[in-house]
Amino acid sequence: MLTLEEVHEIDEAVKVVPYKKAACIEALKIVQEHRRWISDESLKEIAAHLDMSAEELDSVATFYNMIYRKPVGRHIVLLCDSISCWVMGYENIRDAVMQRLEINYGETTRDSRFTLLPNPCLGTCDHAPALMIDHDLYRDVTIDQLDDILNRYT
Amino acid sequence: MERPLTEHIRKDHRPLTLREYEQTGGYQSVRKALKEMTPASIQSVVKESNLRGRGGAGFSTGLKWSFVPMDAPKPKYLIVNADEMEPGTFKDRLLLESAPHQLIEGMIVSAFALQADTSFIFLRWAYKEAARNIRFAMQEAYDAGYLGVNILGSGFDLEMHMHTGVGRYMCGEETALLNSLEGKRATPRAKPPFPQVSGLFGKPTIVNNVETLSCIPHIINKGADWFQKLSRTSDAGTKLFGVSGKVKHPGLWELPMGITMRELLEEHAGGMQAGLKFRGALPGGASTDFLVTEHLDVKMDYASIAAAGSRLGTGTMIVLDDKTSVVGFVRNLIQFFAQESCGFCTPCREGLPWIEKILRSLEAGDGEQNDLKLLDFHTKYLGPGNTFCALAPGAMEPLQSALKYFRADFEQYIAAELQTLAQGLPAERKQRLITDISKF
Repeated sequence: MLTLEEVHEIDEAVKVVPYKKAACIEALKIVQEHRRWISDESLKEIAAHLDMSAEELDSVATFYNMIYRKPVGRHIVLLCDSISCWVMGYENIRDAVMQRLEINYGETTRDSRFTLLPNPCLGTCDHAPALMIDHDLYRDVTIDQLDDILNRYT
Repeated sequence: MERPLTEHIRKDHRPLTLREYEQTGGYQSVRKALKEMTPASIQSVVKESNLRGRGGAGFSTGLKWSFVPMDAPKPKYLIVNADEMEPGTFKDRLLLESAPHQLIEGMIVSAFALQADTSFIFLRWAYKEAARNIRFAMQEAYDAGYLGVNILGSGFDLEMHMHTGVGRYMCGEETALLNSLEGKRATPRAKPPFPQVSGLFGKPTIVNNVETLSCIPHIINKGADWFQKLSRTSDAGTKLFGVSGKVKHPGLWELPMGITMRELLEEHAGGMQAGLKFRGALPGGASTDFLVTEHLDVKMDYASIAAAGSRLGTGTMIVLDDKTSVVGFVRNLIQFFAQESCGFCTPCREGLPWIEKILRSLEAGDGEQNDLKLLDFHTKYLGPGNTFCALAPGAMEPLQSALKYFRADFEQYIAAELQTLAQGLPAERKQRLITDISKF
């Protein structure tokens, strides 16, 4: 069941658009913010609330990079893998993060602390390599800083 | 040198409050536009200013606006494309994080010129600080009566909303952006009808880039002539130029349109890092053709870069040095485009992963003789006119120009493979094999 808070937030988003379905991306974002990811049950509930089929909503949910249709950890590590970061050697950062967390791209640590994902250009190319953890952007990242950065997230 | 877009940005990049912004002359263009000008007169100043879209395509802003039917019933939409995601591009981030009031001011004036009553900022999800700063600035603007009903007593109403995206490069394409705002998959729409006539929810809609709209207040305050004279060439205005890659001082600067690549690279970015040589650069983001040493004195404006065989694009240059693998560089770009293809049209969906596979096999030393022919083939069949939108043709720009300027870099992988193949063959057959291949 969608919580009252979720329903309230979704209904606020619906007010901005001419028909309910048009707010479905906002609704996915809202529910994901509360539950970390979009389960089949969440998907069906959102779809029913917006008068659309679960299949139609899933076609939207699976299209976008930042809607998670699988469980994710408490914190999401997004490594920029685009051109400027590649030129500046992001692959070393990637290998070091994978080694420290003992996971590959798309995986979650056993303690559910981190999920690691590759990510296209973060738009801070003059400070490459870059990564984001949750809402925090890290720039000019070096391997030496990684332990410090990761330790901020529990 | 005048830097209208960035002169009031603080060193630490904290945005100005509304009050501080007004003290620098902020929101004057709204007063002027709403009280002294008509939508038609604003449109004609913008057209005369020769402002061209800063999102990459470089289309005349005034001309784009002129296709909006002025007598259409409301709602009419103005949308800011702030979904900056072109690899190597980091210019709108600065304006969004550090000058949100300038953007809002530009949006109000533009919306008035188009008689739009609803506006959206379509913001990249990753720009968290920008989202905070814009939300704050928008609230200040509402509280001060610059947004909402009957703005400054003029009778003009404008609502403003912010939508943060959920991550897809396709959302930068204006019709795909509209689909995404409507809660659909971000696939491109057929044109015509053009968004100006039938856009968001089927209503007249203009989509402009952040930097484009941030220019509007200055053009209104100081005039079309002044804007034209900011430039060194016939393409008007200043431009945010960026450099990334292995240069001494990567960065972003507001400079006159028409500055040369050499000035940008040497005077602003400090030249190459010690021990590295410049081999080439994509002048305006991932989907622009390489320019090389012979082009260093090309002026960075729309016409000059086009004449040199590339595009000004977003004006943020990615530098290729002599120790970085060209094939790896292009493979990284194609990998991005293959991943971000929306899958809606076949050449793009099937062709880009195919190219990525070929480039990967070249890198791994498994290249085949036919590979370069296949790459050449793709640059034509994924080129303009063969796909639904500009994503695949954009992806072909760095590939086709790399094959043109750095062909030997691709061939060496195949040559190395041949040497391995030829190992153990009698000397005469080995020579024949290598001669045959070199003809190809």
